[in-house]
Amino acid sequence: MKLTGAQILIHMIKAQGVDTIFGYPGGATIDIHDEILKHDDLRHVLVRHEQGAVHMADAYARTHKTTGVALVTSGPGATNAVTGLASAHCDSIPIVVFTGQVPTGLIGNDAFQEVDIVGITRPCTKHNYLVKDPSKLAEIIQEAFFIAGSGRPGPVLVDLPKDVVQAIIDFQMPGPVKMNTYKPNYKPNKKQMTTAVKMIKEARRPVMFAGGGVILSGASQEFTRIAKFANLPVTASLMGLGAFPGSDANWLGMLGMHGTYRANMSIGHSDLIFAAGVRFDDRVTGNLEKFAPDAKVIQIDIDPTSIHKNVEVDCPIVGDCKMALADIAGLMEKEAPENFMKDREAWLNRINEWKQLTPLKYDQSFDTIKPQYVVEKLYEITKGNAIVTTEVGQNQMWAAQYYHFEKPNHFITSGGLGVMGFGLPAAIGAKAGAPDKLVVCVAGDGSIQMNSQELMTAVAEKLDVKIVILNNRYLGMVRQWQELFYNKVYADTNMEAQPDFVKLADAYGATGFRCDDPAKVTQTLEMGLNTPGTVIMEFIVEREESVYPMVPAGGAITDMLLV
Amino acid sequence: METNRYILSILVDNEPGVLSRISGLFSGRGFNIDSLSVAKTADPRVSVITMVTFCDAHIIEQIKKQLHKLINVITVNDLTQKEYVERELALIKVHAKTEKRAEIMRMVDIFRSKIVDVGASHFIVEVSGDSGKINAFVELMKPMGIVEIASTGTIALGRENGK
Repeated sequence: MKLTGAQILIHMIKAQGVDTIFGYPGGATIDIHDEILKHDDLRHVLVRHEQGAVHMADAYARTHKTTGVALVTSGPGATNAVTGLASAHCDSIPIVVFTGQVPTGLIGNDAFQEVDIVGITRPCTKHNYLVKDPSKLAEIIQEAFFIAGSGRPGPVLVDLPKDVVQAIIDFQMPGPVKMNTYKPNYKPNKKQMTTAVKMIKEARRPVMFAGGGVILSGASQEFTRIAKFANLPVTASLMGLGAFPGSDANWLGMLGMHGTYRANMSIGHSDLIFAAGVRFDDRVTGNLEKFAPDAKVIQIDIDPTSIHKNVEVDCPIVGDCKMALADIAGLMEKEAPENFMKDREAWLNRINEWKQLTPLKYDQSFDTIKPQYVVEKLYEITKGNAIVTTEVGQNQMWAAQYYHFEKPNHFITSGGLGVMGFGLPAAIGAKAGAPDKLVVCVAGDGSIQMNSQELMTAVAEKLDVKIVILNNRYLGMVRQWQELFYNKVYADTNMEAQPDFVKLADAYGATGFRCDDPAKVTQTLEMGLNTPGTVIMEFIVEREESVYPMVPAGGAITDMLLV
Repeated sequence: METNRYILSILVDNEPGVLSRISGLFSGRGFNIDSLSVAKTADPRVSVITMVTFCDAHIIEQIKKQLHKLINVITVNDLTQKEYVERELALIKVHAKTEKRAEIMRMVDIFRSKIVDVGASHFIVEVSGDSGKINAFVELMKPMGIVEIASTGTIALGRENGK
């Protein structure tokens, strides 16, 4: 069968079960867009900036549970995609980004809109390709999707010169991917798992710790099964929120810099950390020298580089979280649950004391709205069922602390890279991936302005998202650091010069509401969430509210600032 | 932790950009490269990179795992964990005044190296061995007046019983 490069590309994308791609055309990709138009079963979401397209593909991958796809043109289109790739790389999200490129004959000549995007993105992709030979196109696309979605997932970039896209090629569907150099290992080692079970049995002060890997491998059920069976206290990293139900009695709250006091104290005083799908990054461990000094560590991860990287691990288990946790659960369930709970009472009592002494809290006010209160109300009104995306900064931490995530894939945030401007496009992508769900973006007034042009995408594509702006007219997280560590010199963090967000919503054809009265928060949220279409709900909040508890950067996680 | 010298033999796909993926990994993560040598293998689809690095045991573990993670890397072999043979080759252009020629030739003989080019005022000497031997030879040649040196990085192979 003779097909053009563009036809092959679309054929291969559809074969992956992808029904939506996010893109922005340019000279180098016209042929591809021309082809997309002919396919009713492939939706193209026209974004307003390429960064938005990649964040949308990222969130789509998380809610649709297939690989996300973005398509951008050469040169600036490609460079605009870099932040999205880097974010997906940090968070291990499977996406494939196709970039246009100048014709092969012009590569290296500094042609118009030419950039070495394969060179630029080498460190921020799992792998990338420049397709030079049209006959290899199908095979490379298939490999790209295979690499993105297997092992520890991640972004893959495929650079497509214009002549490759236009070439007419004899097409045959390639067979299953076989690579000499890349064979991810899913199967965990039996002996290591037996050791893990023994360690859990011997532990007197154990804590379970979930990361994004539990969510990526779909292992929440297995993880929860173990925690409930052996009555183990559970914490999670930011990326792991939702892996374990936030309403469960065993839930300690999030761990780390803005984790709960009880989660940090529990990890700090534990004698066993049973970690799954985490990488022990600095926001979780704080000062490594002082991190959980008495704890032995069991760590399950598909990526061997995550093990022994920051924290010494006593029982490493390389493999898929779901398989490993299911096997470990199976081994434990052969015995009586009491075998895993010996002398546990003192530990649980201690945790309970930490919980009673310092619950997550803020001072309610009747004059100004507290941002935490808005998130709390949002949680109550949506009954914890919404998919919540966040921008980055205080809004992200308050969402993480006060929206008690029950289920996996409901909290979509740029965890590793911390991209301001992520939340709005992510909400649009999440909605495209899960059209029946309510999608809410929790934003700050600073970060919403980083990709606010995507409001047009949401309205035009009828991808209805609800945006909650916690407006303190500051870049609040940086302001908080300035307050605490820079003598309250608020250098360049004042955001009083800002658009009227209600009018901004109106200008884009969305609906805007503003609220500055604590008594009307519930009403505004209900009104906004029930208004059809894309809606901005702007809450004028306490200007100098800070996120607590907090571990100052470089401190031990047990040394927390509480108020 | 104690710093050691490690020699890694890395088999990779013989494709454009692979070397840059590896050197980029080292620069991006702050690992050091002491020497690097790239060559074809018996299989034209595969190249071998021999890399020497100084680091502690914790870092070498990360280096090996990170290299493994690169899609184009086939195997990573730490030769310093077993029996191996290593060689480096250097070409040394040295001033050869008439009165010094006999002495240079004697040294060349002692080091079992060879003179591969003779000019009116200089020799080019080819010397091979481990880096210790080459350094020793260079030190001896210094008083004669070294004009230029070109040398390969370390290359190495595991011995039969060290496999």
